[in-house]
Amino acid sequence: MEHLIQFAYMGSAACFILALKWMSAVPTARRGVITGILGMLFAVCGTLLLLGPEARAHGWFDTYRWILVAFVVGAIIGVPMAMMPMTAVPQRTALSHAFGALAAALVGTAEYYLRGASLSHFTMTALGLEVLLGYLTFTASLMAFGKLQEILPTRPITYRGQNFVNLSLFGLAALITVLLIVDPSKAPLFPVMSLLALVFGVLLIIPIGGADMPTVISLLNSYAGLSACAMGFVLNNKLLIIAGALDGSSGLILSVIMCKAMNRSFANVLFGAFGQVQVAAATAEKRPVRSAVPEEAAALLESANAVMIVPGYGMAVAQAQHSVRDLFDALTKQGVNVRFAIHPVAGRMPGHMNVLLAEADIPYDKLLEMDEANSELPQTDIALVIGANDVTNPAARTNKASPIYGMPILDVDKARTVMVIKRSMNPGFAGIDNELYYMDKTLMLFGDAKGFTSQILKHLSSANGGSGMH
Amino acid sequence: MESDILQNLYIFLLATFLGLEVIRHVSPLLHTPLMSLTNAISAIAVVGSIVIAGEQKTTLSAVLGTVAVAASMTNIVGGYMITYRMLVMFKKRGPKKS
Repeated sequence: MEHLIQFAYMGSAACFILALKWMSAVPTARRGVITGILGMLFAVCGTLLLLGPEARAHGWFDTYRWILVAFVVGAIIGVPMAMMPMTAVPQRTALSHAFGALAAALVGTAEYYLRGASLSHFTMTALGLEVLLGYLTFTASLMAFGKLQEILPTRPITYRGQNFVNLSLFGLAALITVLLIVDPSKAPLFPVMSLLALVFGVLLIIPIGGADMPTVISLLNSYAGLSACAMGFVLNNKLLIIAGALDGSSGLILSVIMCKAMNRSFANVLFGAFGQVQVAAATAEKRPVRSAVPEEAAALLESANAVMIVPGYGMAVAQAQHSVRDLFDALTKQGVNVRFAIHPVAGRMPGHMNVLLAEADIPYDKLLEMDEANSELPQTDIALVIGANDVTNPAARTNKASPIYGMPILDVDKARTVMVIKRSMNPGFAGIDNELYYMDKTLMLFGDAKGFTSQILKHLSSANGGSGMH
Repeated sequence: MESDILQNLYIFLLATFLGLEVIRHVSPLLHTPLMSLTNAISAIAVVGSIVIAGEQKTTLSAVLGTVAVAASMTNIVGGYMITYRMLVMFKKRGPKKS
């Protein structure tokens, strides 16, 4: 029986590795999910078998009843969480990071109170990491959820000495963990450590703003994985170590990609000062811009050969993806080559825009990554920016004084004509004025992303009978 | 015990490198489903939770274990389902060019 369980775990580990490997490209990705489910099935069945001796001693019902109840409760919460609309995917992801981290932290807590003083220094180290990472990821993810769901203010909240407070709190938590490692029998220290980790999680997210969410969510993904991995060391379970390490490295890679796409370091995202930039930008003088009405925009789009649509978080907020799809269909029908340029940090989590556009039935081969889009933009007649701001700001290339200098951007300004759908001239999240708006080739289309797109659509000749002769 | 620790550390090292290598090749197109998939996989914490909820050594551990199983199960069900739902949306239906 012991061997059977070990083989089930081994099969599970193999499935998880294959699942992630097949996730790398769209044609094999669905197979990846099925394999992942299979892996989890192996793991759960193996573990239920592991309780066999227990069940024979205490009766099947007594052993499995709470597990079954928990399975049902989990399924009842899990199904609606899987049915959330795609615009809500960032907050859903944050919430599920919270659940994952909570599970690891609770198991660690239970283990400590069961084995407490008998733990070796090494096991206590792993358990300490599991509980610290678990609890801090739990509250941090809940905070991220609150910000993304807009229950909490989305702007970064900063105060004097914030970094000092955060770092000293973290230092204190680390110190107590070390004391526990030295002497695992000091039970009163355990709740203090847990509480500090919970509080640190909250403080960590308070200064984080919406634009940094992609990095933070990836980082929390990594922590949740590492917490499960530490649990593997505590329980001496190799499957947990492997699965946890896979998640840890996945989250790490995503956060590195997000950081690079913003030209910032981890430390800068977590302890950064985006909040301080706003003051400087508020004084920017009013400069003239060219604006256009939907009719003009429609006429220009129709006469173009190649159009590049640049979506951003604003498109998600306005729920404009379906109107954008209609525009895509109408223009494509007229022979215009319409494609989408996706910046890695557009939206609130990695790949957010791709999922939204895929949901709106836009074929994924029309979605270009940044490098590909940038080599196409100089040959593009019209770049249509919908709800994106900082990722199109040419100051990132040219203005050394700009806070976003050095950040890789979509070179929208190299297209022959630029159109920007925007509510008003208010600066974007980072509070930085966008030079793109004042260029001679730029037309500002003032309005709501969804409303304006539908307006353009009405004025397209194909929408009025298809012949274009009226 | 000593050799167990070393073995486990080796496994951690190899799994991390394997993870870095495999994930590096994931297309940015799929970053969101990737994250919801790894989220479901990190619910592997269910393994530890089930043991604790089943053994019920103390009332505290039984309660903590049961809540942990429920939290993990939420992620397993929710994570795999939404990942699959997202992937069904990715279609390569190249529209005709005129």
